[in-house]
Amino acid sequence: MKQTILDARNLKQHYQVKQGLFKPDAHVKAVDGVSFSLGKGETLAVVGESGCGKSTLGRMLTMIETPTSGELKYGDEDLLSLSKQAQARLRQKIQIIFQNPYGSLNPRKKIGAILEEPLVINTKLSAGERKAKAFAMMAKVGLKPEHYERYPHMFSGGQRQRIAIARGLMLDPDIIVADEPVSALDVSVQAQVLNLMMDLQQEFGLSYVFISHDLSVVEHIADQVMVMYLGKVVEHGSCAQVFEQPKHPYTQALLSSTPQLAAEKRRQRIKLQGELPSPLNPPSGCAFHGRCQYAEDQCRSQMPSLRSLADGHLIACHLVNQ
Amino acid sequence: MNMFERQPPTAPTRLSHLWGAIKSDKLALLALCIFSFYCLVALLAPFLAPYDIDNPAFMDLINGELPPVWLGGDAAFFLGTDVQGRDILSSILYGTRLSLTIGIGAVLIQLCLGICIGLLSGYLGGKLDAFLMRYADIQLSFSTMMVAIVVLAVFQSMFGGAAYQQLAMLMLILVLGVAEWPIFARMVRAGVLAEKDKEYVDAARILGVSRSRIMFRHILPNTVSPLMVIITIQIANAIVAEAALSFLGLGMPPSQPSLGALIASGFDYIFAGAWWIAVFPSITLVILIFAMNLLGDSLRDHLNPNGGWR
Repeated sequence: MKQTILDARNLKQHYQVKQGLFKPDAHVKAVDGVSFSLGKGETLAVVGESGCGKSTLGRMLTMIETPTSGELKYGDEDLLSLSKQAQARLRQKIQIIFQNPYGSLNPRKKIGAILEEPLVINTKLSAGERKAKAFAMMAKVGLKPEHYERYPHMFSGGQRQRIAIARGLMLDPDIIVADEPVSALDVSVQAQVLNLMMDLQQEFGLSYVFISHDLSVVEHIADQVMVMYLGKVVEHGSCAQVFEQPKHPYTQALLSSTPQLAAEKRRQRIKLQGELPSPLNPPSGCAFHGRCQYAEDQCRSQMPSLRSLADGHLIACHLVNQ
Repeated sequence: MNMFERQPPTAPTRLSHLWGAIKSDKLALLALCIFSFYCLVALLAPFLAPYDIDNPAFMDLINGELPPVWLGGDAAFFLGTDVQGRDILSSILYGTRLSLTIGIGAVLIQLCLGICIGLLSGYLGGKLDAFLMRYADIQLSFSTMMVAIVVLAVFQSMFGGAAYQQLAMLMLILVLGVAEWPIFARMVRAGVLAEKDKEYVDAARILGVSRSRIMFRHILPNTVSPLMVIITIQIANAIVAEAALSFLGLGMPPSQPSLGALIASGFDYIFAGAWWIAVFPSITLVILIFAMNLLGDSLRDHLNPNGGWR
């Protein structure tokens, strides 16, 4: 295990939802007790279908939202109990890349201004130094110098995502939270952007929290994989453990839904019945029991806790014994 | 690198886009020309006017009620003179200057108040938003004219005619400016609500950008397009409101006549035969308002369609 750079313990984000004048407020447990630790230079992939809380997790890690409870440590410093100044300083170290490159760049600012703004706010560099740094970063992510004076609408999706990546790297962060960074892009462009991200990871020693629903992308890039279902972690292990020996029925179903070109790699398709249950009214017991083909009585009444198997593989299922 | 890279040769800024749209629209171009002409005339009034309106020698009762040149008047007074012998053409030039100054000044106040309040209300939200917007509702439920009439009448009776003459323009700008900020505030707030959940705002927050910088530098530039439409219409409204107040005797004093005050002073003589005193300022005013409304309409057409430049 490499040196841990980001450590989350039991993070929770519960929202209060007003249901009308005479009904009591309901709680939505968007993220309910997520723990992980991320090593320097590692990639943690967070996988799950829409609504499972993976984007909320990303928003908590970047401190856009404050968790309802839990612990979040960057190195030795507790991110949740810091003064404003310390938070501003540490914020620079954790940056984000958003899913939609059409929404994440201000349409009224030129690329140069977009890249230099973080420096204007957080550093005391002169205008010349900022410009030099912006040009250097543009070259690193594969943009041309003449792009400096252009507006975001003059770029394709892949180029915009490169700009967003460059902006995230301007402050020399250690951790990048990538919230579905390639899912809005064409498949051919996806590969380019992913390769760029992996090159940059090597060059700067970045750690990634890579949020995705696309398992083929995750297999390509991740060291650890964390599978979430309805705000909870159901399976967490190394990339090899999760992809080669998926234990949880949900993970198995997800993996079987990934199209495979090679016939020998194809798994039997497990079709999940129904939808993700409403987080307003989660099922009793294991949240997955309504859609699980192996569900037993125990699953309907008792919530499984996340436990560790012999090889460090974490799993939340009553029925998995090894 | 993406091979199919788009290579747009020029950067279409908002202004160049608008200019392109207006160029292809004859009516809008005409309206813009008229408005620019009025602005130019207003700026250059002291040089263009044949007579200096502030000079006491300018008034000479011997020249009173001369008709326009083509109806047998004096060649020195192209559009004739009013009862006190003031040259109508010069009065109109100065009056246009005053009317435009008041209209633009009032809208600047509306704009400043509206942008600040709209940004705060939309971005911070919560109780502040509820308070400010309810306050705006209450203020909009009073008619601007009613508020203006009450305030100006009280002011006139409290400070007397002499002080009023000095401060009339300032008071008009303030009253008309403060009375209609909610129109801008609502528009800005709506824009902020649409923009503030976009990812570039989150990105700015993560990069450590302060709240005021996010509001003014990131969100505001993305909400100004619809404002340009209201600005033109509101300038026209303010000019009309000022003219109406002057006509009622609550606006500009006769010694510094705006277009409205000129119409008012000529109104008494329409049926006495000296129709030109009221009619020429009226025509000037109508053309100006018509052009501004046309301009506003065409801006709305070109700024609103989805796609292209918002």
